[in-house]
Amino acid sequence: MRHEGNLNSLRNWEKAGHPRDNELRIIIPASLGAVRRGLENIKTGLAPFGFSADELSSLEIVLAEALNNIVEHAYTEADNGLIEVSLTQIPCGLACTIIDNGKMMPGGEPPLGLQANLDCDRADLPEGGFGWFLIRELAHELDYQHIDGQNKLSFRLAIGEMS
Amino acid sequence: MKLEHQDFDDVRVVSVGENRIDAACAIQFKDEMRALSDSGPARIVLDLGNVEFLDSSGLGAVVAALKAVRNGQQLELAALHPTVQRVFRLTRMDTVFKIHTSVADAVEGIANAS
Repeated sequence: MRHEGNLNSLRNWEKAGHPRDNELRIIIPASLGAVRRGLENIKTGLAPFGFSADELSSLEIVLAEALNNIVEHAYTEADNGLIEVSLTQIPCGLACTIIDNGKMMPGGEPPLGLQANLDCDRADLPEGGFGWFLIRELAHELDYQHIDGQNKLSFRLAIGEMS
Repeated sequence: MKLEHQDFDDVRVVSVGENRIDAACAIQFKDEMRALSDSGPARIVLDLGNVEFLDSSGLGAVVAALKAVRNGQQLELAALHPTVQRVFRLTRMDTVFKIHTSVADAVEGIANAS
């Protein structure tokens, strides 16, 4: 059985207040399997928000990329790291914040995620580098900070906008 | 990762038995696809009808499967769910692959073309 994360690393995280009706917050261990289950739980937890299938698919794509990046690049397997995801419904969409205690992103900046050039021979087609492109394509107001050993990625998804 | 295959005249239809191709199973998918294309006929149709979600690692694995086919062998896709289709469209990978709306279309198209 996999270790379910180092709870001590939670100490310096923001104290979770009383859950509000417009907020969903979950903490998952940093493993690819836990990300998969976490995404399922998030979709279930968001059911009362009434997002459409398309809107949930945008959310799942962006969260999957951001969370897998943390598992694969910010933490090493020995870290037993944790990841916290907070989603808050706001008038212009869904505000998302993802916190981890892993390594800082290279250069302290999220990758640019440029559109890959596909005008090439089959053998030269890219097999990676799509993750940040998808995040930047679907997320708005992307912000990344590394403070006191903690990574904080936040963005807004234009889903479920209140008119 | 569960990949099943069925051979017709000159086409092998490979069906993904799971509902996602993601970072947790991408490498396994890539390896199993490679084995099935290595031993397969000139055309391989990947039936994604069960796959409701594909992330960038899954997309990379499908691209790797395309790159792994033999010279002259084709890898085509069929029955993409909207979320999967979206990932292909956003990354413009829909311009690289021949994509059929259904497996029946793919197999019929192949039969008609030959």
